[in-house]
Amino acid sequence: MKSSSFIDNLPKVYAIYTGGFIAFILLMALMEQAGMSGDTIGVLFVAFTVVIYAAIGWLSRTMQVEAYYVAGRQVPAVFNGMATAADWMSGASFVAMAGGIYFGGYGYLAFVVGWTGGYVLVASLMAPYLRKFGCYTVPDYIGTRYGGNTARLMAVIVLVVASFTYVTAQIDATGTIASRVLQIPYTVGVWFGLLGILLCSMLGGMRAVTWTQVAQYIVLIIAYLLPVFWMSNKQGFGLIPEFAAGHAVQRLMELETLHQVGTLLPTEKFAGLSALVTPHATAGTGMAAWKFTTLVACMMAGTASLPHILMRYFTTPSVKAARDSVAWSLLFIFMLYFTAPALATFVKLQVLDPELASGIIGKAFSDVQSLDWIQKWSNVGFLKIVDSNGDGILQINEFFMRGDIVVLATPEIAGLPAVISGLVAAGGMAAAMSTADGLLLAIANALSHDLYYKMIDPKADTKRRLIVARVLLLMLGAAGAFVASLHLTNILGAVAWAFDFACSGLFFPLVLGVWWKRANREGAIAGMFFGFVAGSAYLYYVYNGGAPWLGIDALRFGMIGMPVSLVAMVVVTLLTKAPDKEIQDMVDNMRVPKGNTVLSATH
Amino acid sequence: MAELTPEVRAKHWAKTKNLTIATLVVWFIFSFGIHWFANSLNSISFFGFPFGWYMAAQGSLIVFVIQIFYLAHAQQKIDEEFGVAEDDAQG
Repeated sequence: MKSSSFIDNLPKVYAIYTGGFIAFILLMALMEQAGMSGDTIGVLFVAFTVVIYAAIGWLSRTMQVEAYYVAGRQVPAVFNGMATAADWMSGASFVAMAGGIYFGGYGYLAFVVGWTGGYVLVASLMAPYLRKFGCYTVPDYIGTRYGGNTARLMAVIVLVVASFTYVTAQIDATGTIASRVLQIPYTVGVWFGLLGILLCSMLGGMRAVTWTQVAQYIVLIIAYLLPVFWMSNKQGFGLIPEFAAGHAVQRLMELETLHQVGTLLPTEKFAGLSALVTPHATAGTGMAAWKFTTLVACMMAGTASLPHILMRYFTTPSVKAARDSVAWSLLFIFMLYFTAPALATFVKLQVLDPELASGIIGKAFSDVQSLDWIQKWSNVGFLKIVDSNGDGILQINEFFMRGDIVVLATPEIAGLPAVISGLVAAGGMAAAMSTADGLLLAIANALSHDLYYKMIDPKADTKRRLIVARVLLLMLGAAGAFVASLHLTNILGAVAWAFDFACSGLFFPLVLGVWWKRANREGAIAGMFFGFVAGSAYLYYVYNGGAPWLGIDALRFGMIGMPVSLVAMVVVTLLTKAPDKEIQDMVDNMRVPKGNTVLSATH
Repeated sequence: MAELTPEVRAKHWAKTKNLTIATLVVWFIFSFGIHWFANSLNSISFFGFPFGWYMAAQGSLIVFVIQIFYLAHAQQKIDEEFGVAEDDAQG
């Protein structure tokens, strides 16, 4: 899988793959007509796609350092864009984001804005320059630009904490899906998900992950868009759901008045489940606007600091391709993000609108209780309905659901065929697996390249380095699955933490390394250390019940870490001496695309 | 890299910086500026959407996508103008 003819044939290979996947969907639809049960279809969908990914992973196995770490630096811009989109869109984007908007309304659109706008920062401040640098990992860049093992080690620590937090959320998502589809306990589902993840990345490193991620993007985008288009057309809102969503938002606002959303409070409390009590489109001013913009800021800066995303741009053949590739990435990501608010709006309408067959609020409690999807999701503990006031009618504040299941349950809620449920489960699995792969690889690479090879045993031969990388991958995966099975926070919460950790520690050292020639080692170490420690300490404080300062809660602790990091870095840099000429020339070289990379091809 | 004089480097970097600053100004407006006033904007109807909601759900996103494609194009032009583009840049 490394000859240039493979690269030339990529469009053909993936066109055949996409055709095959569509044929599989049609086949499943036929099987459903023929009487196959929805549960079996779900199992087949997940099994079929996971086997394909594993096959790609096996075909891409390698023992070459450059192929393992940066996919041989020959991934074309458009394909790298797709791989980045899959790498990026995790269980949080696919499974949890629309659910967040469903329950939280306008406030959660901050994730939509933050997770797209961050790419403007990646494109303008980081990606092309880091590509020119020629590093294998993000700590590799920090360690070379600033010099010295302390800076490299600090970067490794921030990377590991941020990415590990993130990866547990992804394994959590695979576990959630696997437990529902295969009807197995959540804790077993987590280990099943991990197995699939490791099959893709173990043998081929970055090269295997790249080609599986492209395949996963195709599955996940079809799986996300199809149900929304279906719903929009079935309910007569219009052909293109994103355009039709306007009227749906309006209708929803009328229904919210009818069902008293915003005035009724939840009748009971269930851990992890929420009731619909926040109006959909109300934006708020003052503190609400502040909370929105601070969340946007943290998610954007986090985007530009997360190593598993930045390292995708190390795989392109040129600086220009890296730049183009960021643009393609955002376009592919946009397709899903642009749809998520529409999806949330439509699903809410399905549940709230008494004129639709799928509406449940305001209907007889016993009827709702006997619905198939209500029973199935209740059985795995992700949904609950209680007739608290005993009037035999289900009120809005008597319906509790886990936000993370909104997207997965959408086809069932809307009464779509079982084949769509299977497809969505496969899509969610693809999203969570692709991100988990990217993250595990980022951590394992940083530990094997930066910690082991650069700091502990610089004489290690290629084979030894790559075996160390794989052993680390296994151990990290197991640790991630273990932490995920403890279920410490919900998916969206854990992902937001990862972004906050990353931007607290890495954002300014990364940006200023390119944009401020004067930035030196002492400043960078101070920036990483104080930013990361301040952010983490603040998280510890609010997580344990401390009163948030200026509304900065656990989702936004980057707002504490980032300013501390910036001030520490600038002050310490100015108090110590400027970097020597060699480093300054390195920065000059990084700023022009032409010429050799700063680090040689194999280092 | 011998043919690159410090003057050429400085000019190339000045233009690159200006492009980056312009990009970030637009980015700032659509990331933060407009959403700060979402509540007031919501009273305007835009294709049936409350406008504040629309900008957060779709409008800002469209601007970001256009911005990055434009940035990639404009930066390539700057690199070519100063002769610092890669000789064999592939797609």
